[in-house]
Amino acid sequence: VSATVKAAPAVTPDAAPDTAPAAGPGAGSGRRPRWTPGRVGMLAAALALAALWVLPLAWAVATSLKPENETTRTSLEWIGSRITFDAYEKVWASGDLARWMVNSAYISAVTTALTVLTCAMAAYGFSRTEFRGRRALYGLVLAGIMVPPQVLIAPLFAEMVSLGLVDTYWGVILPQVAVPAMVFILVKFFEGVPRELEEAAFVDGAGRWRVFWTVVIPLSRPVLAAVAIFTFIQTWNNFLWPFLVTTDPNAMTLPVGLVNVQSTYGARYAQVMASLVIAGLPLLLVFAFFQRQIVRGVAHTGLAGQ
Amino acid sequence: MTATAPTAPAPPARAAVRAGARSPAVRRRWTEHGLVFTAPFLLLYALFLVWPVLLGLKMSLGDDNIAGTDSRFVGLDNYAEALRDPEVWSSLWHTVWFTLLSTVPLVVTGLVLALLAHHLRVVQWLWRLSWFTPFLLPSGVVGLLWLWMIYPSDFGLADLLLKSLGLDPGIGWLTDTRYAMLSIVLTTVWWTVGFNFLLYLAALQAIPQHLYEAAELDGAGAWHRLRHITLPMLSRTTAVVVVLQLLASLKIFDQVYIMTGGGPDESTRPILQYVYDAGFTGYRIGYASAVSYVFFALIVIVSLIHLRMTRRSREEAAK
Repeated sequence: VSATVKAAPAVTPDAAPDTAPAAGPGAGSGRRPRWTPGRVGMLAAALALAALWVLPLAWAVATSLKPENETTRTSLEWIGSRITFDAYEKVWASGDLARWMVNSAYISAVTTALTVLTCAMAAYGFSRTEFRGRRALYGLVLAGIMVPPQVLIAPLFAEMVSLGLVDTYWGVILPQVAVPAMVFILVKFFEGVPRELEEAAFVDGAGRWRVFWTVVIPLSRPVLAAVAIFTFIQTWNNFLWPFLVTTDPNAMTLPVGLVNVQSTYGARYAQVMASLVIAGLPLLLVFAFFQRQIVRGVAHTGLAGQ
Repeated sequence: MTATAPTAPAPPARAAVRAGARSPAVRRRWTEHGLVFTAPFLLLYALFLVWPVLLGLKMSLGDDNIAGTDSRFVGLDNYAEALRDPEVWSSLWHTVWFTLLSTVPLVVTGLVLALLAHHLRVVQWLWRLSWFTPFLLPSGVVGLLWLWMIYPSDFGLADLLLKSLGLDPGIGWLTDTRYAMLSIVLTTVWWTVGFNFLLYLAALQAIPQHLYEAAELDGAGAWHRLRHITLPMLSRTTAVVVVLQLLASLKIFDQVYIMTGGGPDESTRPILQYVYDAGFTGYRIGYASAVSYVFFALIVIVSLIHLRMTRRSREEAAK
């Protein structure tokens, strides 16, 4: 058994390119790069580009902290006469942002859990079991990779109307769960895992279900985390579908609610920016804590098409 | 069973596993519960992907309104109308035009940022933080942020910056048909380039270091190494990034809807917004389905090219 245990880490398809970011780009060489004029120039260029990318975010924060009557001044000022959280208090007080945030969190969490669970089970079924029609069904799933949900908005909406799911959480969640690309990613992963571990468990008398939960799932934790992270970001940020299927402000997700309500802020520029900062913050905070996992998850899942 | 006996040197535990693996009981295990594992996914897949595809096809052959009542079979009328409809062609063109305009800067900028971060080898967190974080913002936040940054001509950040540089402000960023699409492209590059940046960064870090060391021994300069080692080693990644980018750009809707509503003069309205306009505000959901399927055909063509490419690169990798 020891031989198969040793073999297991080597088969994780994400081992080579994905551990690299964690190890840092200097991995292997170990020497400190010198500060040649070329590298100093590169550093300057990179810093300038970084500043350019941060600029819009900085502007949003700066504006949100100004007194409302100073936000429309026609000269470039980053800081107003005083720093105030008035705008935040006002946009938070209505309760809308909090409600949409709860909606978004609930919808994203349920969608992610269901996606990971159903896709992992399906991928295991397709890669590790035999049943009549397996190949044909897997082919049908693979064909679905070519169908972007955006081209199905009209029939999906009609379906939601007849199921009575308009303006409900399930109406937002269900169409986002069956993602064929995720099944494909996981099938590729499972195919790379040697069967010996599972066979050893079978010999010990474990059933199919137990093997899946106690052998396969723990072994796939990195790839499942990648799928989960990617799904969560996608769902949290999805606009088109929740926008179509919710008309009741109480059922809206954060991005949809924001866009829906923006006209009521009118020219209250500080409030607009404060609401954007609040809406953008949750994922950025998550990113701050899980930078490495998120970077690896996005790169891994994004490159899966290869 | 007897076949495994001669391999005596193998540790007993392993031999037992092998022997057990061949037993009919274990072999039977592999065939168990396949449908149970796949059923939950297949059910959702059938309900929310396969069925809508078929329903959309049926709806595109009828004159359904949004409530799904009074539907009449009209054959291919909707498709014929769509192909004659100048608004279908113009919005299709806006989608393609946006895709062409955005793909090149998104891929090239992603590569440049990754090269910078990779070669600098310092403060990696700063590069990731500044270039990747916008990707984590919802389109609603990005669209509104850029709208309020570039639209107000007297107090928007864009014009204030131009003014402080001594340049002429008052560009109709979103109101002038010459600039509106470019503004959307700019917003999109800022928003999503971080994704391509990450893909390139991962690919750069996978290039074997010894290639560079050998080239350095041969006296190859930085430019030479970039052209003859880095870029060729990235060609597979580039192919993937380009196709993923094409597919993503073709689905443009959010930014346009939020920032210009398709204007000015419908000069930025993408095909997806036309589907929305026809089906959800015009209530002609049958016609909207037909237009969707015209768009679908375009996506399928790009996807098939992608499929051929990945198959070829996989075959090359297998060699």
